[in-house]
Amino acid sequence: MSTETTISEIKKPAEALLSKRRKKLVTDPLIDSNPITIQVLGICSALAVTTQMQPTLIMAISVIFVIVLSNFVISLMRNTIPSRVRIIVQLAVVATLVTLVSELLKAFAYDMYKELSVFVGLIITNCIVMGRLEAFALGNKPYDSILDGFGSALGYSWIILAVAFFRELFGSGSVFGVPVFDTLAGFIGDDFSFATNGLMVTPVGAFIILGLIIWVQRTKTGYVEH
Amino acid sequence: MELFSLGIRSIFIDNMVFAYFLGMCSFLAVSKKVSTALGLGAAVIFVLTVTTPANWLLNEYVLKEGALSWAGDTFATIDLSFLRFIMFIAIIAAIVQLVEMVVEKFAPALYGALGIFLPLIAVNCAILGGSLFMAQRDYTLAEATVYGFGSGTGFFLAIVALAAIREKLKYSNVPNGLKGLGITMLLTGLMGIAFMSFMGIDL
Repeated sequence: MSTETTISEIKKPAEALLSKRRKKLVTDPLIDSNPITIQVLGICSALAVTTQMQPTLIMAISVIFVIVLSNFVISLMRNTIPSRVRIIVQLAVVATLVTLVSELLKAFAYDMYKELSVFVGLIITNCIVMGRLEAFALGNKPYDSILDGFGSALGYSWIILAVAFFRELFGSGSVFGVPVFDTLAGFIGDDFSFATNGLMVTPVGAFIILGLIIWVQRTKTGYVEH
Repeated sequence: MELFSLGIRSIFIDNMVFAYFLGMCSFLAVSKKVSTALGLGAAVIFVLTVTTPANWLLNEYVLKEGALSWAGDTFATIDLSFLRFIMFIAIIAAIVQLVEMVVEKFAPALYGALGIFLPLIAVNCAILGGSLFMAQRDYTLAEATVYGFGSGTGFFLAIVALAAIREKLKYSNVPNGLKGLGITMLLTGLMGIAFMSFMGIDL
């Protein structure tokens, strides 16, 4: 009887809503273990939509939505999924969420839906989603899984937004559809003009920009791949 | 003739990797050695050639608007195309599992070569992407088969070529930050420029 009371007395107090460990879950994937530049995941969709900022932003929001919710759902079910069929269960959960995103886009942002075309559907096979489910959500509590998913999705988002920024700026001379260089020309005078680089709009530009971003980022963090 | 030009177009001009960035994850991860790249490439060709027509049948007779009209007039107006993602991925996962079992039973040697790559392929974006493009472009069954085979071959060529370059690259002195993924992205970009030369060709 007395032992029981002591056990309940020394039971750890509930972890703070944003403890140090939990903050790390969100901030780590931003730089140090970035899903794209360090773990080499989810590159497929990262490059295809990044010719302009606006579709990239929509894509980033969709991915954040899918990763956070799928992490949450799988984490809730983690003790009931037999490990033999876990891949199918994960794919079913992710595919349902992606269908939701796709139908929402079709209803409220039809232009974007047309522009992103099959790449919304390809979020299903985005390796970051499956990677986080396998590596984290299957073994951790729901709240932690949400934070982890949010962190990874943010790490993915800032990289694709950075790629899109450079591609749109140099390829079309604009940012979010605002013609930056033309506006500048208005201030400076008509002599100022900017020749857009057609290569940036093609897939090749995406590969090279991402390669350079990886170079800068890895030099800063000192990460070396062998 | 039209089928032939579709095949050529899907191999070179609409190359899965260089034009649509599909299958990049395995393209980057499994391209360190030519022998493994050959295995994965062959497995992708095979799975794409099988799953694209299979998903075509599913789309044509179950999912498309009015596709269920063969089941009676009451079903003629049903549009199940919102189920496309989940059905396609389920079919792909099932076929990959089936292929794995059949190959293991009847061709152990081939299983030894492809075995470890088959499960990887279920979540390869190139496979799902092939089916989604097929549905979006309204191909016929023959076109879908040719498209599946052609885009698989395009992926095969790309991954084997990259693996060959990376084997040679081991001996060069790459800056620390660029090692691995960085230099591979730049390489892929340069290879993409080479593939862009096909773009002007109108077949």
